[in-house]
Amino acid sequence: MLEIKNLHANIGDKEILKGINLSVKAGEVHAIMGPNGSGKTTLSSVIAGREDYEVTEGSIMLDSDNLLEMPPEERAHKGIFMSFQYPVAIPGVTVTNFIKTAINAKRKSEGKEDMPAAELLKMIREKAKLLGMNNSFLSRSLNDGFSGGEKKRNEIFQMAMLEPKLAILDETDSGLDIDALKTVAEGVNKLKTKDNAVIVITHYQRLLDYIVPDFVHVLSDGKIVKSGGKELALELEEKGYEWVK
Amino acid sequence: MPKKYTENELEQELQNKEYEYGFYTDIESDKFAIGLDESVVRAISKKKNEPQWMTDWRLEAFRIWKKMKEPDWANVTYEKPDFQAISYYSAPKQKPELESLEQVDPELLKTFEKLGISLDEQKRLTGVAMDIVVDSVSVATTFRKTLEEKGIIFCPISEAIEKHPELVKKYIGSVVPRTDNFYAALNSAVFSDGSFCYIPKGVRCPVELSTYFRINEGGTGQFERTLLIADKGAYVSYLEGCTAPQRDENQLHAAVVEIIVHDDAEIKYSTVQNWYPGDKEGKGGVYNFVTKRAIAYDNAKISWTQVETGSAVTWKYPSCILKGDNSVGEFYSIAVTNMYQQADTGTKMIHLGNNTKSTIISKGVSAGYSQNSYRGLVRVAKNAKNARNFSQCDSLLMGNNCGAHTFPYIETKNAGAQIEHEATTSKIGEDQLFYCNQRGIDTERAIALIVNGFSKEVLNKLPMEFAVEAQKLLEISLEGSVG
Repeated sequence: MLEIKNLHANIGDKEILKGINLSVKAGEVHAIMGPNGSGKTTLSSVIAGREDYEVTEGSIMLDSDNLLEMPPEERAHKGIFMSFQYPVAIPGVTVTNFIKTAINAKRKSEGKEDMPAAELLKMIREKAKLLGMNNSFLSRSLNDGFSGGEKKRNEIFQMAMLEPKLAILDETDSGLDIDALKTVAEGVNKLKTKDNAVIVITHYQRLLDYIVPDFVHVLSDGKIVKSGGKELALELEEKGYEWVK
Repeated sequence: MPKKYTENELEQELQNKEYEYGFYTDIESDKFAIGLDESVVRAISKKKNEPQWMTDWRLEAFRIWKKMKEPDWANVTYEKPDFQAISYYSAPKQKPELESLEQVDPELLKTFEKLGISLDEQKRLTGVAMDIVVDSVSVATTFRKTLEEKGIIFCPISEAIEKHPELVKKYIGSVVPRTDNFYAALNSAVFSDGSFCYIPKGVRCPVELSTYFRINEGGTGQFERTLLIADKGAYVSYLEGCTAPQRDENQLHAAVVEIIVHDDAEIKYSTVQNWYPGDKEGKGGVYNFVTKRAIAYDNAKISWTQVETGSAVTWKYPSCILKGDNSVGEFYSIAVTNMYQQADTGTKMIHLGNNTKSTIISKGVSAGYSQNSYRGLVRVAKNAKNARNFSQCDSLLMGNNCGAHTFPYIETKNAGAQIEHEATTSKIGEDQLFYCNQRGIDTERAIALIVNGFSKEVLNKLPMEFAVEAQKLLEISLEGSVG
């Protein structure tokens, strides 16, 4: 599904990614772990298409689409979703209105009409229920005054609504207590199918107790230095990142 | 097709009728020579067949104006108009009648489409012959009938001067006196036309009154004069302005709006202003110097809602004089400036009665190289017990070349007054845009979403259909503001 080859990326003059290779197939969960500054957030941002980064070499293909040729919104239409580490607030725009806009933007790109309001509402209710979310939450302003847990749950709610091919969870565990972490992980697990894939980006292994990866990759200084099964995460936890450097 | 045939027939008939009734007579000598002196004021009054008292009233205004100086305290810079280089009377412009929308400037049509303006309305606005004239006439007729039955007067002010002199005489200049300011004095001397509305005692106007329904309206004109009166216990929601782009050769616009809200009455005044803002280099564009003020008596309520997106320079402070006890004044405003636009707008809340209450919600959005200022005064008189005010001024900036300014003035002579002022300034950030992009929302749509969210509290105050149009207008006004 996702094929990253020899990816190099800079921010300013500084090279952050120094040749990443990664292959993710439908139905798989990959974890990317690494110390601070190893390039985790850069990798997710480059996949999503953030302009602050310059790709100097390599390719990112999503099935037959060359993502590097597309602006971020088109990548989203093709099925890339990123759960942000720090979701931004948009005051005055409700969760419902925001998701409606996003869904209809995607439909428009596919040449479809807007989703009928009744259908949308039904879907919103279903997904909110699936994730154990309160309906009152839907009429609040997006991420405005949300707690850390609410913000992350809202990200997963949007993921549920947009049904992406590939979801990238960027440090979804940061700032969450254990209960919130469990809820979010449960949500992700419920949304997992054999047709979609998830990349979990995390510093710590604790999230991986709940979202169990098929593959674990260790990122260090802009390169994947080690790959393995889920046991690699435990090993890392035990030995620390110094071990792979 | 038989249907087509009928329409053509009808069109023909109506065109002939227009001649028959002399709609186009009296077009010679419709524009006065440039310049302003007493003889021009007299001539304007005569042209409109006004009674002597009105002529005298205008002349007095002219004498006052001559002694006044153009104000320069607003936070705007522009080349001052040469008042002797303006023609002060021109009859409603006779637009060339076009046969179909295909003859209209495609750019204009594109904008109409974005605004969601219906085809018929597009035709009306661009002067295309309407093939469904009968429908709109009948709607308007039914509408007029409803109003007449209730005793509501709604007509051009020139008609009111003729038919209801006692009302005009009593109220004109009673809220905005001729001596009020330079532009109000000028308007009083030379006003072209405008709307007049009177709601009798205890009557609740069943429909939203909109200038759209006034058939004989010929362009808004350069010096518009509006007078609205709600008698005791009456209610009306009044809409003025138009979301469609208003192109006008007249550079200077100086309107006056006076509103009188008697005991227990309520007036809601909503307006959208979209005069030509000038081009991308900041050339051209309308100077909009407006005086709008309302007086509220016991238990009366006045609320101003405005959406300002046009004009090169705007200078406008819809104000409330809360004269009666328990009277309430509200001001909800969204001002959007882009390119080289300058807006200095806000309100004045003058608390005179006891237990008076005022609310100010002002939202400014600045983009491009524009400057957007909020200027507001809250004044509480010595004898006004228990006055309360809440003000909230929020500014949203886009890019690094625009400016937002807030000038709140508070003057209170009564220690019991409660005044709250909140202000915020924020910027549409790259993070917000990227977040939206990542969800599949392109940048233009994202800006629209963010701005609408920001303006929501004010948009919610507008009547429904107007709100939808205004929302779209905000989006269009900011198009291309992020590279």
